[in-house]
Amino acid sequence: MKITEQEVRYVADLANLKMSDDEIRRMSRDLDEILTHIDTLNELDVSNVQPMAQVLYDAEETATLRADTERATLGNEAALANAPLAGAGYYKVPKVIER
Amino acid sequence: MTGKLDSLASLTIDQVQGGLRAKQFSATELARAALDFAEAENPKTNAYLQFASERALAAAAKVDAKLAAGEDAGALAGVPLAIKDVILTRNVRTTCGSRLLERYVPPYDATAVARIEQAGGVILGKTNCDEFAMGSSNENSAYGPVRNPVALDRVPGGSSGGSAAAVAQGTAVVALGSDTGGSIRQPASFCGVVGVTPTYGRVSRYGLVAFASSLDHIGPFGRTVADAARLLQVIAGRDEMDSTSAFAPVPDYLAQLEGNVRGVKVGLPRQYFEGATGETADLVMRGVELLRKLGCEVREIDLATTKYAIACYYIIATAEASSNLARYDGVRYTLRAPSETLSDMYRSTRGAGFGAECKRRIMLGTYVLSAGYYDAYYLKAQKVRALIAEDFQKAFTAVDAIVTPVSPFPAFKLGEKIDDPMEMYLSDIYTITGDLAGIPCMSVPCGKTAAGLPVGMQILTKHFDESGMFRLADAFEKAGGFSG
Repeated sequence: MKITEQEVRYVADLANLKMSDDEIRRMSRDLDEILTHIDTLNELDVSNVQPMAQVLYDAEETATLRADTERATLGNEAALANAPLAGAGYYKVPKVIER
Repeated sequence: MTGKLDSLASLTIDQVQGGLRAKQFSATELARAALDFAEAENPKTNAYLQFASERALAAAAKVDAKLAAGEDAGALAGVPLAIKDVILTRNVRTTCGSRLLERYVPPYDATAVARIEQAGGVILGKTNCDEFAMGSSNENSAYGPVRNPVALDRVPGGSSGGSAAAVAQGTAVVALGSDTGGSIRQPASFCGVVGVTPTYGRVSRYGLVAFASSLDHIGPFGRTVADAARLLQVIAGRDEMDSTSAFAPVPDYLAQLEGNVRGVKVGLPRQYFEGATGETADLVMRGVELLRKLGCEVREIDLATTKYAIACYYIIATAEASSNLARYDGVRYTLRAPSETLSDMYRSTRGAGFGAECKRRIMLGTYVLSAGYYDAYYLKAQKVRALIAEDFQKAFTAVDAIVTPVSPFPAFKLGEKIDDPMEMYLSDIYTITGDLAGIPCMSVPCGKTAAGLPVGMQILTKHFDESGMFRLADAFEKAGGFSG
């Protein structure tokens, strides 16, 4: 076993995913199978390999910087248009801080 | 309206423009006919999730006005096309195939979408796909699977199944898809159309809903190599809204077509053909024979790290996905599950909104990035990715192009593989390596099985050599009579 149900519940917590007991059981099986396959990477010695952190970059270091000039932004109304709940120009969420 | 539109389902970009020039039809007439046709055909395949009639007719009217004024109406003037529903379209609902975004209406256009309309393209609607582009069969869409127009009891492939199906069915002349591990090439192969994944950074990702940012590409589908090349020409090139978009100038892809491919060195990676049996392998090998007849020099090559690609990919792609999909938390994107506390809101919204495949990938990605595992998984995968990319670089010192199968099998039956995620992942083996290396790759039809199912052949070339890839694919398509 690469991963236990208890570990799956812990990871679900980290990922903020609510899952039923059935989903957790199924997830444990699926993740176990995938993680077992992933173990094939242990056959490779990569101690002297530089990680590929950038796919492709074909220009000068600062080429992606643009001039620091003002431009029109989306606007408050457009930005909030898809909010499940908004008010007074803000996103509204359940109360976080208790008085 | 003349007889020209009777063949709506097989129109090419050239024919659209010829028809407009000869005044056989106006862009508005064509847009209306294309919308009517696509809406009438859609119940068969479920390829479109949403039609954008108003927007299409407005774009067509602009083209007609320009033509009337004698102005250049653009390289895609009047061309009816479709956009995968993970690419943002201003004021046109964009769901990513997810319940989470059922009511999401983007406030801006993706750069690729804006460039298509600037070039006169007419966007008919948004195409179905696996939820957040995660899947190889289109069965992970929250809005029902797409059916393969070639065989309606079979999957169209995924994740860009709707775009491939629309082009195959003839309800769009060309379409945009996205590819992270094969999501353009595999459905192109299953539906018998051309699908292109360009070099990483060749097309701006601005407005492409992020799945795995270091692997995501936007790319074109067409019924011919030339049509796919024309669409890529319009969307390719530097965009300051995407810092990973490439600076390299975009060559004239069409000027490269119709070229001689005599003497082109083609590599067949041993590792891609070892396990390949059956009709798919036979058809690809017949394709290779055709390349030989065209004068290509075919030789075997080694891509020794191939067997590690799936493991590498499912670490990197899921790690990036778990981070990218964190934004769907019930605060900003339309769906919020009823909840008392903030934490409950996050958990319930995500639990209810994401489908099984998305949850699986978020979980795997969260696991491999969790405390204590970073070195063993993500860092290791990045190193293996470097080895895979290096393998390709070495290969391209000896050959000009690499040819492989796209998928181990042709389109399978709906429901056939949905209960075995690992088997589904393993079937991506031939396509994910190109994404990991960031090189251009495409699927071009190479024939049909005895049962009439299309099979695609994959062509890969070195970074930014889309021209060489198109030249080979175009010569192959014409010699084999596979297009259309």
